[in-house]
Amino acid sequence: MVATLFFVSVLVFVVIRVLPGDPALVIMGTEGSPEAVARLREAMGLNRPIVVQYVDWLWRALRGDLGVSIQYDVPVGRLILSRLPLTLPLTLMAALLMILTALPLGLYAATRHRRAGDYAAMVVSQLGIAVPGFWAGLLLILLFSVRLGWVQSGGFEGWSNGLWPGVRSLLLPAVALGLFQAAVLVRATRSSVLDVLREDYVRTARAKGVGEARVIAKHTFRNALIPVVTVAGIQLGQLMAGSIVLESVFALPGLGRLALGAISARDLPVVQGVTLFVASCIVLINFAVDLAYGFLDPRIRYD
Amino acid sequence: MTRRRPLRHVTFALGVAITALLLLTAALSFVYTPQDPLAMSITGRLQGPSTTHPFGTDQYGRDVLSRVMTGAVTSIAVGIIAVGIGAAVGLLIGIASGYVGGWLDEGFMRLIDAVQGFPAILSALLFAAVFAPGVAISMVAIGIAFVPAFARLTRAGFLELREREFVVAARALGAPDRRLIARHILPNTLPPLIIQATTSFPVAILAEAALAYLGLGTQPPYPSWGLMLKEAQNFLSLNPSFAVFPGGAIALTVLGLNLLGDGLRDLLDPKTA
Repeated sequence: MVATLFFVSVLVFVVIRVLPGDPALVIMGTEGSPEAVARLREAMGLNRPIVVQYVDWLWRALRGDLGVSIQYDVPVGRLILSRLPLTLPLTLMAALLMILTALPLGLYAATRHRRAGDYAAMVVSQLGIAVPGFWAGLLLILLFSVRLGWVQSGGFEGWSNGLWPGVRSLLLPAVALGLFQAAVLVRATRSSVLDVLREDYVRTARAKGVGEARVIAKHTFRNALIPVVTVAGIQLGQLMAGSIVLESVFALPGLGRLALGAISARDLPVVQGVTLFVASCIVLINFAVDLAYGFLDPRIRYD
Repeated sequence: MTRRRPLRHVTFALGVAITALLLLTAALSFVYTPQDPLAMSITGRLQGPSTTHPFGTDQYGRDVLSRVMTGAVTSIAVGIIAVGIGAAVGLLIGIASGYVGGWLDEGFMRLIDAVQGFPAILSALLFAAVFAPGVAISMVAIGIAFVPAFARLTRAGFLELREREFVVAARALGAPDRRLIARHILPNTLPPLIIQATTSFPVAILAEAALAYLGLGTQPPYPSWGLMLKEAQNFLSLNPSFAVFPGGAIALTVLGLNLLGDGLRDLLDPKTA
């Protein structure tokens, strides 16, 4: 995992510092005088050998120092922390909605295999996979805000007024964000449960006269959960990345909007910090999923 | 066992029909669109659907139907090139990893784990920070996101096949590495890669739309479905149909391609049917 995180840092560093040739020129644009570009290059330490720059940057990043934002003149780490109270709850709410809808629906579809209920669930999930999250967001705004006038079309009320106002302003974005991944998870759950239902031990349980509800709950679902956890874990990372798009749809001040704003302001340290942070989170989540896999399935052991 | 007849397979038939419609629309847009997709009209702005503009008009009075038709070309082009990039790079890494093995394999696999931390949106953010946002960035960013899947599949195929009798025999007969890879191992690893490419295509179209929506992909005035939705968002209360049709085009396209992919897998692999 350490090696993987090391590669993540190299990738971010190479794109931001090496690919453009001269990051100082990117930040200054065509308006900067050669003297100003040279001063910035000196201030950013760009005159040093590239390996020295990388080691210095990595060493600082490891201690939580991601540099200073050019646009806001505050540490990037602090900017990221200030946006987390939006991005994290949004991601987690979407994940919760995804799990609460997808697992029951997938289980239901599998137990009604090749009957009307199964086909209906499959049609719903096919549609869910086809609808882009940001379009779902727009349609939700159109329905609940423009037509019905029940909620605001966007914005975030924060957590200072209690839990509910915050949750309420994240509800529509979380639904739009979770929809696609929920549809994927329905299919994964269904096929995993179907696989287990074909196992010999399920047939044995039924032959012994175990009730169907118990066969599903005890013998099938727990075993079917193992591949489902893998899929859901990978999806958690996808949700975090997807929140970048939904924050734009609903005008939410989260990590994604921070990064997008930084791009138009040529604020390279912020883009670098946010991408490094999100990519590391996704890698850590994937690693946690691998560990959970071994925990759920005693046959898998990591040496 | 009775032979399956592809067109009687509902999923597959529906997928073929929708995909054919998409391709036809894209092809048709080269020679004919109801109006010029770039022609503006100050007086005809933000109109709802009518006989002259079946999908209505946008904020510059441009015909939405014509723009949706032209947008199909963007989606298909980005989809094909992005999947091409992902497949080509993934294949090379997978071959090197699976065939050579050892520390090279270990290194490449950790690199692939790291690349998995960069969904298309994240790479696009990175690239857009240092290069001008544009359609090329979205192609590369989406392509990179596909690399891990292609690399893992190729590697798995090579690991499985490189010790098989026919490969060992060919090696014993003095076949050079290049010939072993190109003639004996690679052709046998292709079927899962083809399925992966089919299922990646709709994902690429969704990602292109999302990037264009964020302003990181296709730039105005060229029509892209995602970009049209970004523009439509500002006029939701004035002309809702402007937001409905481009989004509907994305959903229908992705639905068709997914059905096609599912149907293809069912037909090719009797185990999963």
